[in-house]
Order: sequence, then C-alpha cells, then structure tokens
Amino acid sequence: MRELKILSLVVAITAVLYWGIEPFAHSQMNPAVAPADFAFEDLEANNKVGDAAAGAETFMMAGCIACHGVESQGMDSPMDNETASLSFGVVSPDLGSAAYLYDRNFLAMLIKDPTRALKVEHKFNDENPHPMSAFYGLGGDIDQEVADIIAYLETIAPSKMSNKEVFEDACLRCHDMKYDKLYMPTQAEPLTEYMGTLPPDLSIIIRAKGHNYLTTFINNPQKHLEGTAMPRVGLKKDVQEQVISYLEEIGDSKKDERTKVGIYIIGFFIILSVFAYLWKRKIWKDL
Amino acid sequence: MAQIKKANGLVDWLDQRLAVRSLTRVLMTEYWIPKNINFLWAMGVVLSVLFTLLVVSGIFLLMYYKPDVNYAFDSVNYTIMQEVAYGWLWRHMHGVAASAVFLVIYIHMFTGIYYGSYKKGREMIWISGMLLFVLFSAEAFSGYMLPWGQMSYWAAQVITNLFGGIPIIGDALVVWIRGDFAVADPTLTRFFMLHVLLLPLIIMLVIVIHFYSLRIPHVNNETGEEIDYDIEAEKYKAGDKKESKVIPFWPVFLSKDFFVVSIFMVFLFYLICFHYSFAIDPINFEPANPLKTPDHIYPEWYFLWSYEVLRGFFFDVGPIAAADIGLMAFGFANVAFFLLPFLDRSDVVAPAKERKKFNLWFWILIADMIVLTIYGKLPPTGANAWVGFFAAMVFIGLFISLPIITKGETKGGAR
Repeated sequence: MRELKILSLVVAITAVLYWGIEPFAHSQMNPAVAPADFAFEDLEANNKVGDAAAGAETFMMAGCIACHGVESQGMDSPMDNETASLSFGVVSPDLGSAAYLYDRNFLAMLIKDPTRALKVEHKFNDENPHPMSAFYGLGGDIDQEVADIIAYLETIAPSKMSNKEVFEDACLRCHDMKYDKLYMPTQAEPLTEYMGTLPPDLSIIIRAKGHNYLTTFINNPQKHLEGTAMPRVGLKKDVQEQVISYLEEIGDSKKDERTKVGIYIIGFFIILSVFAYLWKRKIWKDL
Repeated sequence: MAQIKKANGLVDWLDQRLAVRSLTRVLMTEYWIPKNINFLWAMGVVLSVLFTLLVVSGIFLLMYYKPDVNYAFDSVNYTIMQEVAYGWLWRHMHGVAASAVFLVIYIHMFTGIYYGSYKKGREMIWISGMLLFVLFSAEAFSGYMLPWGQMSYWAAQVITNLFGGIPIIGDALVVWIRGDFAVADPTLTRFFMLHVLLLPLIIMLVIVIHFYSLRIPHVNNETGEEIDYDIEAEKYKAGDKKESKVIPFWPVFLSKDFFVVSIFMVFLFYLICFHYSFAIDPINFEPANPLKTPDHIYPEWYFLWSYEVLRGFFFDVGPIAAADIGLMAFGFANVAFFLLPFLDRSDVVAPAKERKKFNLWFWILIADMIVLTIYGKLPPTGANAWVGFFAAMVFIGLFISLPIITKGETKGGAR
C-alpha cells in the first residue's frame, strides 16, 4: 500500500515537528520544578497539643483583633476596607476560616514569623517590616501558646466550605474574579504600591496556566517566579484543590460540554468516513 | 437573443438562461484529472473545506467580537467562550483550523515540490499558490491580534517593528502600519478590518485564480507523465474507463477527496475539542499588558522557520548590523519559494526520487525546515543560536545552489 507508506511519512514528519514545537520547546522554556510540598517541610513542625479554651484567651491577649476580624464570632473587622488598604496595602483577612484553609504548621510559623512562612523575606526586613507583626509570645512557652491559638481557630472554623467561599477567603483580597463578578475588597492603588504591580484578575488563569502549574505555583510562587511579591499562601492540599476547581468552574466552564460535543462530532465523522469510503469504492471499482 | 422555449423542467429552464448543463460539464463532469494520483492530491480540496470552515466560524465570531482594546479580550474570552451557546466551539474551530490550514498548506506545497508540479507550464499554479500562502500568513497574523492577549500584543509589537529595518522609510512605515507610535487601539481596528474584510476578499479572488490556473496545464500526476487529455477523455467517455488515464472531477475525483476530508475532520475535531493548546496558546489567555513583556515571545508554529532565518544572524558582519542581515535573509526566505520554478533549471517533471540530486536537495530542505521550525521556538541562546545560524545558512545555500544542481539534468541523466 503505497498510499499508507506516504501517509506514515507525512504523519512521522508532522509528529517530529509537533514534538519539537510543543513538548520539547516548553520543557526548554519552562524547566520542570519540584512537586508541590503540602507538608511545608522547610518549616519546623509545631508538635504541641493545643488547648482551645486557653487559645481563645491567648487569641484576645495577643492582639490579633487589632487588625483581624472574626465575624462568625461577632468580632467585626476593626477597620473598613479603605482604611485597611491605606494602612497595610491590603485588607487584613478575617480569621474565621483560617484553620479550614491553612496548613497547621504553616499557620504556626505564620503567627511566629510571617515573612518566613509567606516566603517574602526578599521583600520585607527590619527596615521594611511586613504589615503583619510577628507574635513574640505572652511570656510562657511560645509554641504552646501558638498551638493553643490554632486549637481555638480550629474550633471556630467551618467544617465545610464551598469552592467559591474558599476562593473568597484565600485569594480575593488581592485578586479579582471578574467573570464571576467578584471584586477584591482591597483598593487597587494601595495594593499596587504594596505588591509592586496589580495582581492579575484570575477569571481565566486556568486556561493561561493550567492545573499543574497552578498546583506548584500556589503552593510556592517562588518556584516559578523567583522574587515575586506574591506570598506563599499555605493552603492545605484539598483546599488548594478547591481553589483550582473554582478557577476551572469559572475560567473553563465549558470543559464538560467540550468533551461531550467532541465525542459526538468525532463519532459523526468516523461514521461519515465509513460511508465516504464505501461510496469511493463503488465509484472507483470500474476504473 | 437566445431561443427561449417552454421549459420541460427546472433544470431545463435554468439551462436555457444560465447554460447550467454546459457549466456542470466544464467544471465538473468533464473537467479531467489524471487517474494516477495519491491522497496528497486531495489536499487542495481539504484546504477548500478548511477555508470554508474558517469563513463560517469567522462569521459567527464576528457577531460577538468587539474590536476595541477595552472590550476585545472579554468579548472573546467571556462572551464568546462562556456566554454564547457553543461560542467556544466556533472559537476553537476558528483557532485550530487556522493552524491546521498551514499544516495542509505545507503538505500541499511540498507535494508540489516533490512531484515537480511547479514548472513546464505550471508556473502560474505555483505562483498563485505562493501568493495564497503569503495572504494566509497575513490573515493569520492579523487574526492572531484580535483576542488582544499577551501574545497578540507582543507578536504585533515585534512583527510590526520588523518594518523599521527597511532603510530610510522604516520608522515612518512602522507608525503608518500601526496607526500610532506603539501598538494600540488604531492598530487593532485596522488589523480587524484587514482580517475580516480586505484579506478574505483578496484570498477568495486568488483562490479562483489558483483554480483557474490549473485549467490549461492540468493537474500533475504521480509519475509526471504528460497526458493527452483529449484522447484520454474520449476513451473515458466512450466507456473505456479502465484504459483511460483520466477521471472526471465529479464524481470520481471528489469521491476520493470526500473520503480524505472525512478522515481529516476526525483528526481536526479531535484537536479542536481535546488538544488545542498548540493553536490556541495558553499565554494568550492573559490580557495584553504593554508593561509586562512575556518571558518568551514566539510566533505561531507555521512562522517559526522564517522567524528563525531572521534570528539566525545574530552577529554583526563588518559595518552591517545583525538585525539588518537577518532582515535581508528573512526577505530572501519569503521570496525564495516564489522563484522556485525559475531556480529549477531542469525541465524534467518527475517525482524527486527519480531525480537523484534534486531528491537529496528536497530531503535536505525538509530536514532544514524542521530544524529551523523547532529552533525558532527555543530561546536563541548559546548553542541554539549557532544551530539557528547554520540552519539559516543551509536554507539560503539550498536555494542559491538549486540552479546548479538542476542544470545538467535530463530525463535520462536524472534517473
């Protein structure tokens, strides 16, 4: 079958070209990075068992509510969005869902040493302190106090959150989600000054970056963009998965339809090819 | 005035007024095509189908697209991709078919080169075909700008900037093309006009010329045999179909093409629904940002080989700047294929495998274009830059040496 030989040659050349311009080129332009680390192994683990009741007290004493609200517990944010934007560059998060969202070890380090947990040491130092001040302890064992605070946060955290709610609490303070009509509470101008650039709208970031990239990037932005001002967010594995699912629901809302329609159309053309072949055979048989 | 009689049916009525019977005969049932052809001869019809698909999907997209830098991105990525029922399908079809059309154009083109279908009377087929290649390139480039994503913007920036290399008028020309000092709203609106009106119009006109250019010299065949179409057509009409070396365009030729097109559509819709990133670049889902240069700027895959010829010359030679040498080489690369019928000094029309030296030339050209294409996307640093340079030199060398290679070739000597 000479036609099949020609076809395989054409297919082979096309395949080499495809390999060169897609998988190979992208592996050269975007070298692979280590997989996401949801254990946050660079941070020392806090193995203390927390006491929620003590934590509630420590939480109040530590001064957390000078900047943070906990609306579910009747503690409103001490500042309105405008004041918070102008004071900190970004609206400070409500802590009601913190224990749902963030890894325990990450949270422990965040309380003790924010810049290290957030991986923004290249940006903040003694001269230019991070807007969240570190917790230096109330005089007792600081790790125990931190464990208590986390135990308290765990008791007040919701047991279930929707993908959208997760996004709102974890990402929306700096990123818009225009295609879902969600806009950040922080004002753009102070945020731009704080971050060095306006963080992008995330409406279709899933199509721009894809699932794999986002998995390692959200887990540790420095891996893909060294020196970026975006902090490490510290989301738990399944919570981060919720964020990405939400990005997909909004940014790639037709994914299921695409698969379904694709199968139908391909099926149609396979059947058509069979008939087309039979017709061709019929016409060419007496040639 | 023709003699109009009472018609005995619709066809007869039309025939008396429009001569539809002779028209069908001339265009379809007695338009003769050689019988010894393979599926590569179906690429013309595949291209016609793809172009139709592009026009139709383009019309649907045009109903929702907004050519304004403030709205373009969202009109594509929100309105069309998410709001409009099956808008994503039309957009994916348009984007993927635009890429696939170039794959088929290249197959069509290299089929022509391999079988020597560009010479001995077939020069106008080749030239009008190359003209279509250039027009499709302009169409693709202008269309790529419309979603106003990062790559739309930066590709436009880089490519329009190339014209700045033209002596004396360069800088003024760039501003004239852009309609502004930088790529901006006037650039978008004028490329929109080119993409949806002027270029498609010219393309349709040149397609007609391309088809017409086949009439006199006829389609080439697998062995390059010269066929006496009058004799062979008589044989076919007399019922001696087995002996005849020709087949009518309809239904015989098209029945085969119809099969090839159906198979091709399976492949195309697989790409459209499941494997589209090669054509719809993810980076273009980030909105255009003049203040943020992407890490890697590269054209679509079908421009990579000529882009690499442009970049290949990365060092100054004496007083001539690298960019100017690159630009000259780029100009050469784009003209070279047009000149093929005149650079090939041999009058042998035969498949390359029967033309020893030419065969070698052909496969080196294929290999070189693959290398240029692949390295055209890679960052031009270190060894990559040198590979690009040598591949660009080989490309130019191939076209300069073609007259020498083909000069002494005769029918006997070639084999």
